[in-house]
Amino acid sequence: MSIMPVLLWTDALLFLLLLAIVFAVFYARGKEHLAAPWRQVMRSRMGVASMLVLLIYVCIGLLDSIHYRQALPNQDNVGEQHYSAEVLSLLDVLMGPIKTNVETTYSAPFATHAFSRETQLLPNGQQERIYPRLKYAGNHLQDPQADRLADILSRSMMAVLSGLLGLLVLALLLVLWLSKRQSKSFKKTLLLMMSGRTEVPWRVVLLTLGVMLVLLSWCAFLGRYYHILGTDKVGQDVFYLAMKSVRTGLLIGTLTTLVMLPFAILLGIMAGYLRGWVDDVVQYLYTTLSSIPGVLLIAAAVLMLQVYIANHPELFETDAARADLRLLFLCIILGITSWTGLCRILRGEAMKLRQMEYIEAAVAFGVGKGKIISRHILPNVMHIVMITIVLDFSGLVLAEAVLSYVGVGVDPSMHSWGNMINGARLEMAREPMVWWSLLAAFIFMFVLVLAANLFSDAVRDAFDPRLRK
Amino acid sequence: MNETLLSVRNLKTWFSVGKDTVRAVDGISFDVAKGETFALLGESGCGKSMTSLSIMQLVPQPAGKIVNGEILLEGEDLLNLPESGMRSVRGNRVAMIFQEPMTSLNPVLTVGQQIGESLLRHKGLKRAAARSQVLELLAAVGIPAPENRIDEYPHQLSGGMKQRVMIAIALAGEPDLLIADEPTTALDVTIQAQVLQLLRDLQKETGMAILLITHDLGVVSEMADRVAVMYAGQIVEQASREQFFADPKHPYSRKLFDSLPDMQKRDQPLEVIKGSVPSLSQTFTGCRFEGRCDYAWTPCREQVPEWQQMAVGHEMRCFRANGELLAQWPEVVKVAPEKTQPLQVITAQKPLLQVNDLKVHFPIRKGFLKRITGYVYAVDGLDLQIKPGRTLALVGESGCGKTTVGKAILQLNRPTAGEVLFEGEDLVHLSGEKLRKRRRDFQVIFQDPFSSMNPRMMIGDIIEEGMIAQGVAGNAQQRSARVDVLLEQVGLSVEMRNRYPHEFSGGQRQRVCIARALAVEPKLIVCDEPTSALDVSVQAQILNLLKELQIEHHLSYLFITHNISVVAYLAHEVIVMYLGRIVERGKVEDVLENPVHPYTQALLAAVPIIDQKRKQEVVQLEGDIPSPISPPSGCYFHPRCPRVMPVCSEQYPGSIDLADGHSAHCHLLNG
Repeated sequence: MSIMPVLLWTDALLFLLLLAIVFAVFYARGKEHLAAPWRQVMRSRMGVASMLVLLIYVCIGLLDSIHYRQALPNQDNVGEQHYSAEVLSLLDVLMGPIKTNVETTYSAPFATHAFSRETQLLPNGQQERIYPRLKYAGNHLQDPQADRLADILSRSMMAVLSGLLGLLVLALLLVLWLSKRQSKSFKKTLLLMMSGRTEVPWRVVLLTLGVMLVLLSWCAFLGRYYHILGTDKVGQDVFYLAMKSVRTGLLIGTLTTLVMLPFAILLGIMAGYLRGWVDDVVQYLYTTLSSIPGVLLIAAAVLMLQVYIANHPELFETDAARADLRLLFLCIILGITSWTGLCRILRGEAMKLRQMEYIEAAVAFGVGKGKIISRHILPNVMHIVMITIVLDFSGLVLAEAVLSYVGVGVDPSMHSWGNMINGARLEMAREPMVWWSLLAAFIFMFVLVLAANLFSDAVRDAFDPRLRK
Repeated sequence: MNETLLSVRNLKTWFSVGKDTVRAVDGISFDVAKGETFALLGESGCGKSMTSLSIMQLVPQPAGKIVNGEILLEGEDLLNLPESGMRSVRGNRVAMIFQEPMTSLNPVLTVGQQIGESLLRHKGLKRAAARSQVLELLAAVGIPAPENRIDEYPHQLSGGMKQRVMIAIALAGEPDLLIADEPTTALDVTIQAQVLQLLRDLQKETGMAILLITHDLGVVSEMADRVAVMYAGQIVEQASREQFFADPKHPYSRKLFDSLPDMQKRDQPLEVIKGSVPSLSQTFTGCRFEGRCDYAWTPCREQVPEWQQMAVGHEMRCFRANGELLAQWPEVVKVAPEKTQPLQVITAQKPLLQVNDLKVHFPIRKGFLKRITGYVYAVDGLDLQIKPGRTLALVGESGCGKTTVGKAILQLNRPTAGEVLFEGEDLVHLSGEKLRKRRRDFQVIFQDPFSSMNPRMMIGDIIEEGMIAQGVAGNAQQRSARVDVLLEQVGLSVEMRNRYPHEFSGGQRQRVCIARALAVEPKLIVCDEPTSALDVSVQAQILNLLKELQIEHHLSYLFITHNISVVAYLAHEVIVMYLGRIVERGKVEDVLENPVHPYTQALLAAVPIIDQKRKQEVVQLEGDIPSPISPPSGCYFHPRCPRVMPVCSEQYPGSIDLADGHSAHCHLLNG
């Protein structure tokens, strides 16, 4: 069956960003003063562990960014080939049954029966209110009540075992590669690694990888037969929703920061270093901007866009393209409203730095203003930028939830933690409570934000020359 | 008098830094008798401040730990006291004053409240009783009009005043022992003289003992009864002041004396101590000074020298204290310092730099519309000239505008008026690309080697930056080769180019700064206090280097400093500044040996002198430098001048020429 690749705006930007990062890595490899701090990040245990977790998130996000449309079966083999209106991603394919096993409505994690009673017609003609069996989850079991626990346990065992097996294979490959590269004996490399005396903490790498592998294989093994995080109102698997939300979260976090950074850095440093009328203008700008309530500005912009989209349906081939433009626009408008904080900090820092003697020395050499800003001021405020990015990252993921609540966030058809949390508002008010959507969103967000925080700590420590040995 | 007040026995304070243990204080013992001044002398990093913090039990926790020893205050071991017991010792029996008066006072409390706090704690005085006691204390530390000052905040006081307030706080508990940790290092010489005098007077009155911690041999010579020299965490020599200054025995102590610059050593390089202080995280198997000592011999390497007495009250930690060993000691071949060739000066040469009537006024803006309400007259009409290959020193106390002069000449601050003629071209009217190109000819070395280099650039890049900006030294390869040459020229190794500034010591950083300035082959270098942040032995190295480079490259220096002995060693001409104006100028010999202006005389007299026999009559200045926002009428110096006349407050004295380029602005010379 033929397919048509689809490149959404945010996909393009995401891959562009990836390309830039790859290019930056190759550039930094040649420069000792840039490579050394990164090597130090690789040597810190917290650094590699959190980086691995982040990488897994990024991988999920990237898999979810390769979009395509499936061809519709063509009856007469003549005329135009038509494609499905549904845009799928690679992640959808990989998740397979987890995506397609859609129940009718809520079901709890690992449940075999629906969450609420339904009226059913019994064979004898009577009506009864019972918890019906789920269509997919646990339908391989004869007697769910008796077999469920044993089945889950045995499948979990299998999952853990195969995860560990995978880890073992990985570990063997790694040791082989290392022993070859450092031309040491296999045994010696293994001993060194297990005792944690290698330069890069491979033991931690393997441990983190092991945890991740076991978790993944567990999800894969059990996800086929159960809804491991339950289902939502329309019966979709919550685990699938949370996985799909990873891309939205990453995009909101990174693209917004990308939009915000140029404003904040350029204007902040220029105001602080050049002073004079530039400073006045920039100060006026951010004072004005930050006195307008941000939510209002965002609401106005998003609503305007909504009207535009509604009036020009011919511009969008699919729903996904429509939702995607809204996401991009949200990132831009969030970026435009959120640069003032960082700008203010950078202006103060630049004002402090311009008094430093090394800046005066550069002026005395006749070094140009642009060069002073790029070589002397920018690298010395980078740690502030980095900390702000990470703190903002988690803030932005949360802001998305708040905006969804107001109704001006991402498109309701788009999967996002914000939409999940927003939906949980009503679910939490039910009796008995539907708690799993919120929990799933919470776990996924928490792990991402925690890993990002720990990673940024490691990076900052490595790049701060005063802390370096 | 000889009763022991404080006795420190085998004190060891160690720090854990990562996996290493740094033995900051490693087994020191000394006694302080009642009423005496005991000086602990040493260079930075030798553990002297840590000793004082250990006595107060204020060692930074949890990194630092007192691992061994006794600190006996009148027989009571302070180390056995619980924290609550220590609180009644601190301030009450042992008080402390710190180096930096600016940060030792709380900026949001008035002076009266801060002294009152101490009174409340130690004497239980409140309100009226406390207030009258505070007034008494302020008067005792020589603060004029204490009734007005008591309700002022620290920022309203000058540095000297703040240090007096700190002393008043320390005195509030009537301590038996005052620990003064570099009490005058942050102050100007004339203010330093006042504070030292105050400490002496207070000691006479109250009979307290002073533990003086300092790096300044001059201060020790003026203040101390007994001296202990610290090196690398240990005391290496201890003696009475007379013994120590007459005949320092330990090779390290001798080197300290030899590396001091002065007029007599002008024609020769200063003695330097080779190498640097050893890392204190190692265990020593020999003498700690062995690697840097001229006399080092086999036993020094193999054994740790014992503490030995040489005369009554004169002890040291060196094998040369042992008469038997000393007799067998191999002869040390000492190369007599080479006489540097005096520079050939062609007198008729045109000046390289000519500054005429330079004025730098900073506007003070106030209010919403930022209207200019007044000016800070930082530099107010200054002329100077420097000839090629010569050094002109600009001397004055902080706030006199000497740094502003340097920056105005470099066009880092644009002057308000006047001309700066560099090789005949007026820099004030240059701008843009022309000025940028011209900057190649005049460079600068700053005071603080820590903040004068971008911490995120490698040494090689830092040195190269000027070359790139000025387009000198060809392509990348040639530039890189030149960086290597420059590094070697300033006595650093080529491998260091890929390191970051924080990996270097203060002296090494200053060398990098010199290399950076030299990179563009300037004709003039403005040196803004280049050695005042450095230890004496390192200062000697830098001064030697500057002198060598001057001869080699025929450089001119504008040397901005407050250190008179550096001026005496390095400068050819001197200009003395006071409140933005010149008070006296001339050849260095004339001005330093035969000063005519009362301010110059006072300034020179305030410098602590090591040789007490050479001590002149002290002309002590009262008060502080007035504010440059509203300078006094007439002669700016008249409110502080000991020989003031009626005419002084009426008109500013013109320049009066004495002989041979020596001139001064003073009405005394008119009549």
